[in-house]
Amino acid sequence: MNLRSFRTAAWLGWKIESNWTDPFLFAVYSIVKPLSGAAILVVMYSVITNGNFTDPLFPYIYLGNAFYMYVGAVMTGVSWAIIDDREHYRTLKYMYVAPIRIPLYLIGRAVARFLTGSFSVFITIVFGVLFLHVPINLAEVNWLLFIISLLMGVVLLALMGLTLAGVTLLLARHGDYLGDAVAGGLYLFSGAVFPLDVLPAWLRPLGYAMPITYWLELLRRSLVGSVAQAFPSLSAMSNGQLLAILAGMIVLAAVIAVITFRWCDYQARERGYIDRTTNY
Amino acid sequence: METAIRKNTGWRLFIQTILGRAYPRVVGMAREKSWLFFEIFLPMLSVSAYVFVYRAIGAPKEYIGFVVMGGAMTAFWMNILWSMSSQLYWEKETGNLALYIMAPTQLMAILLGMALGGLVATAQRALAIILLGSLAFKVEYALGSFWQLLLVFFLAMAALYGMGMMTSSLFLLLSREAWHLANLAQEPIYLASGFYFPIKSFNFWVAAAASIIPLTLGLDAMRQLVFPSGALLGFLSVKVEIAILFGLMVVFISSARLLLGKMERLAIREGRLTESRR
Repeated sequence: MNLRSFRTAAWLGWKIESNWTDPFLFAVYSIVKPLSGAAILVVMYSVITNGNFTDPLFPYIYLGNAFYMYVGAVMTGVSWAIIDDREHYRTLKYMYVAPIRIPLYLIGRAVARFLTGSFSVFITIVFGVLFLHVPINLAEVNWLLFIISLLMGVVLLALMGLTLAGVTLLLARHGDYLGDAVAGGLYLFSGAVFPLDVLPAWLRPLGYAMPITYWLELLRRSLVGSVAQAFPSLSAMSNGQLLAILAGMIVLAAVIAVITFRWCDYQARERGYIDRTTNY
Repeated sequence: METAIRKNTGWRLFIQTILGRAYPRVVGMAREKSWLFFEIFLPMLSVSAYVFVYRAIGAPKEYIGFVVMGGAMTAFWMNILWSMSSQLYWEKETGNLALYIMAPTQLMAILLGMALGGLVATAQRALAIILLGSLAFKVEYALGSFWQLLLVFFLAMAALYGMGMMTSSLFLLLSREAWHLANLAQEPIYLASGFYFPIKSFNFWVAAAASIIPLTLGLDAMRQLVFPSGALLGFLSVKVEIAILFGLMVVFISSARLLLGKMERLAIREGRLTESRR
């Protein structure tokens, strides 16, 4: 039953994400938006360095930005399902009375965003390799590390999304800001688009406390090994150490997600928030 | 005994409608304190991230100022997208659109009220972002001509909100796709209009094409007027940009008036005013 709920939720999410237009416009939408975001950073970099794309800083920025798209897709995707179902479609109460597990349903809803996000990440990286000299050599990629890191990251983001979904259950009117605020904070402090040592010293501990920092570092290392050595922030750590830290943080995120969602879910039922609409 | 109610007509009703629609934008938006916080806090996160990117690549100091100013201007673009262009779609979703059409006033006055209220409320947020960003990153300004700066700002805003009014009539015909199209018009416009870098970085014709968005030239002219090396990095001279902005303002506001009437009739004929396709 759990698998069926998850599969159906994923299919529903896909329909909601994609069937508002024809496949061509949807494909354009899925390509233009992420490429434009990446292009802003490319132009900024190019203007200052006169197009010196061979510096290790460029793949650091470019790959960090590309993989960061998963944060918006998966984490915000899970929590956004609460707002979408409760406020927009007004179906959350029906989901609650259906014989399904709500956390699994919410994670299933994010699968469509994960798929479209993966497409965006792929297109962005291919564009970077073909036109901007991002030095990814398929023969030198550490595929095992890449796949393990990617999967761990997706699990982590889904768990963080579940925590946010729980909190969103208790919020009105500003629920959609919550996902953006967390995603924006992670973008700034996790060294997604600049090395952590650029941050003021008093802010760096925040970066080291964020699991996304280690996740992005692992992904960069798996694709372009030389990038890791170029920046001092995490270069002293081995891949194994980074994986161990990430695994520990995932366990912590799971505990926080379960406790937070259960508590918020209980509170939302107690206060009658499951079918509340606020005309956001 | 019944109290006589004085009903306004003509231009008095027009002004009353503008003020009536602007009121919830200015007063209502300030009531929800968390919105105020998030609308300043979220752009500050992006601004900070881009500032650190420039620092990481060793950019000259004025680029930090460019980012702060561009980040503040994103507030206006977001307001145009979500609270002007797609506003009639939201009104349709909540059932208000039919009331607007039924009301004995002009839809143009309602849109002008939305624009005026949105402009005032967003200007407060943009100012807060500039103040916070300038303090946090120690941005240095060298104001050229205050009156030119004021003129550029008002022309850019009039043209921009005219454009918002024009596109809102197009959104009148849209349904679910409105949300996605507004969402699509964020990053590509940040890129094309040079929110975080000088528009001169592009090839002349690309920059010229991007100038159809009033914020492109408005931002470029304002940067030229407030930063020491702004003129060196400017796309066109400030005077030429002022002239183009004036032209854009006239074109967009008159097009908004024409299109609004046309689209309203079309939407009524096709039964789109009360549809709700979620």
